[in-house]
Amino acid sequence: MTQYGPPAPETLALHAGQFPDPAFGARATPIYFTAGYVFPDADHAAALFNHERPGHVDTRLSNPTSAVLEERISALEGGIGAIALASGQAALHVAITTLMGAGNHVVASRSLGGAARNLLAHTLPRFGIQTTFVDPRRPDEWRDAIRPETRLLFGEALGNPGLEVLDIPAVAAIAHARRVPLLVDATLVTPCLQRPLSLGADLVLHSATEFLGGHGVAVGGLLVDSGRFDWEQSGLFPTLTEPYDGFHGMDFSEESPVAAFLLRVRCEALPDFGACLSPMNAFQILQGIETLPLRMRAHVANARTVAAHLTRQSIVARVAYPGLATHADHELASRLLPDGAGAVLSFELTGGREAARAFIESLKVFSHLANVGDAKSLVSHPSSTTHCRLSAAALAAAGIGEGTLRLSVGLEHIDDLIEDLDRGLYAASRVVGG
Amino acid sequence: MQLTVSGLPVFIYTGGQSFAPAQPVVVLLHGAAHDHSVWNFQARHLARHGFSVLVPDLPGHGRSGGAPLASIEALADWLGALLDAAGVRRAAIAGHSMGSLVALQAAAQFPDRATQLILLGSVAPMPVAEPLLSAANGDRAAAHAMINHWSYTFASQLGASAVPGISLTGLNRRLMERQGDSVLAIDLGACNAYEGGLAAAAAVRCPTLLLCAERDQMTPRRAVKPLHEALAGVTDGARMISIPRAGHAMLAEAPDAVGNAIRSFLTRR
Repeated sequence: MTQYGPPAPETLALHAGQFPDPAFGARATPIYFTAGYVFPDADHAAALFNHERPGHVDTRLSNPTSAVLEERISALEGGIGAIALASGQAALHVAITTLMGAGNHVVASRSLGGAARNLLAHTLPRFGIQTTFVDPRRPDEWRDAIRPETRLLFGEALGNPGLEVLDIPAVAAIAHARRVPLLVDATLVTPCLQRPLSLGADLVLHSATEFLGGHGVAVGGLLVDSGRFDWEQSGLFPTLTEPYDGFHGMDFSEESPVAAFLLRVRCEALPDFGACLSPMNAFQILQGIETLPLRMRAHVANARTVAAHLTRQSIVARVAYPGLATHADHELASRLLPDGAGAVLSFELTGGREAARAFIESLKVFSHLANVGDAKSLVSHPSSTTHCRLSAAALAAAGIGEGTLRLSVGLEHIDDLIEDLDRGLYAASRVVGG
Repeated sequence: MQLTVSGLPVFIYTGGQSFAPAQPVVVLLHGAAHDHSVWNFQARHLARHGFSVLVPDLPGHGRSGGAPLASIEALADWLGALLDAAGVRRAAIAGHSMGSLVALQAAAQFPDRATQLILLGSVAPMPVAEPLLSAANGDRAAAHAMINHWSYTFASQLGASAVPGISLTGLNRRLMERQGDSVLAIDLGACNAYEGGLAAAAAVRCPTLLLCAERDQMTPRRAVKPLHEALAGVTDGARMISIPRAGHAMLAEAPDAVGNAIRSFLTRR
């Protein structure tokens, strides 16, 4: 970009979406903890409901604090706007239900977090939306799985838990050739390491609970629109290109060719499904984003050291971290994630489930829990927790073994992390050694 | 609404209400590399308050067919044909930036058809900076970045927006990207080449309003003076209103202030 480009991510992370509070001059983003908003007069109320004035009518639809968060993530991702939702899962649900209905179909990477996979594999079919899961590394699988009724391709920027790097330009090209958009879950990369919209993705979602917040205190989700997908030209999205009886007969694509998707979410999904974000959570996530660029650099530095350390251990069968030259996607990662492949990695202990148990139970710094993306280091055992509902075959297909452990490397001093891991490895080696 | 003008399809946004030609008609004209959607808020506001609103996509823009017209005079002729096709005899004409030049030229060219004239972000002449003209011809991404830089206040550059959850500069960049390859260059070329602005202003007789954004860097307030003075033939003189805390992209940055100013001007007695 030229000298006229937008401010740098470090600046946007601190300022985007907010200027000092016009009422009292507060420098920090105020928490507008209110469910409703007083209309100055009846005509103003009618104007808000008619979308002829921007503003807030109900926190279920929008809120000044949440709007700062939406505008901040949109600026960081290079989007046209965003919607804050109650969780990352709510963001995925809203993306799907805004784009399609019963009879439609999704093609998704098979390397997804447990909840996303469950929604697609078991819950949405009950509402008539089917999903075909594909190997994210196989462009031919993505291509072959697309049917006439397919309306979305979906994958995680870094797969879970094998850390497969999604080849966003390649999968986006496959999606666009069939006139459907690509949605990328960018939770593990954050806009500091990758901006999927700049690589060809059309929509991005975040579980803001993870790295964006970083503190692990606030659950939230974000959905960002690139504004590039041409719904009208595609012809496959009547929810965006035909009048909607639920909102003044609005044809969203006619109203705003660029922002039709976000308009429909704001006019339908938020009021009807009601999965809005609490303004308090929005504030907490904003507090986290202020330091995101600094934190991600430190996360990546620690993760690289941890990954290298694990590769040198005799009882570690393999380490999945795209920053390592041994990872199948290393070359892709250096291209698509030049500033680092995140801070989540997985590795396989030779001793199976018992070794994994001994490892986890002897750790003192790493916390055993199912989340990722905390400032604190975390460890989990996918086959007995997040992915416990998968069959043995599905586990194997997702690259999850009985001895697979997932680490989310935090911001503690690297010496303390290595010492803790060595403690776990020693305990595991006693199991392996009998 | 879809019409055929000079044999080509034209899309016209009507602000969420059906077009009713019996009501006072107001035409809202967008600027370079834009389409009707820049007028969403103001169009819906006027449409709910008793106006029939016509917001066309100019030829070669948005959903309208044909190639972009290369001169302001040609666009003014086209506007006359559009009003004929819509069965509209007289209308208030408002335009933003390039659209303001079309409105100005049309008001001068068809004095019996323009009931009022509203010029937003307007100067005459409207020279376009050479780096922008040349980028529009060779490096659209650079041109879009310059336009965003000069059209939006710093608060918008930083992602703040009156519209909850919307990045105004991101939205504008995508809207410009959606127009055909040559659209921006042709539009800016038409603005740059238009020499008849002051003469047209001198011929205008209908009530006229100039809306100037306080922080406009594309058509700064100080540069509006020659146009304001040339509108000397307007009954009681052209009115000039400043839109505070907004840049050239005032439709997006100050949608309420702009909508209020237009409605108040159109309804004054």
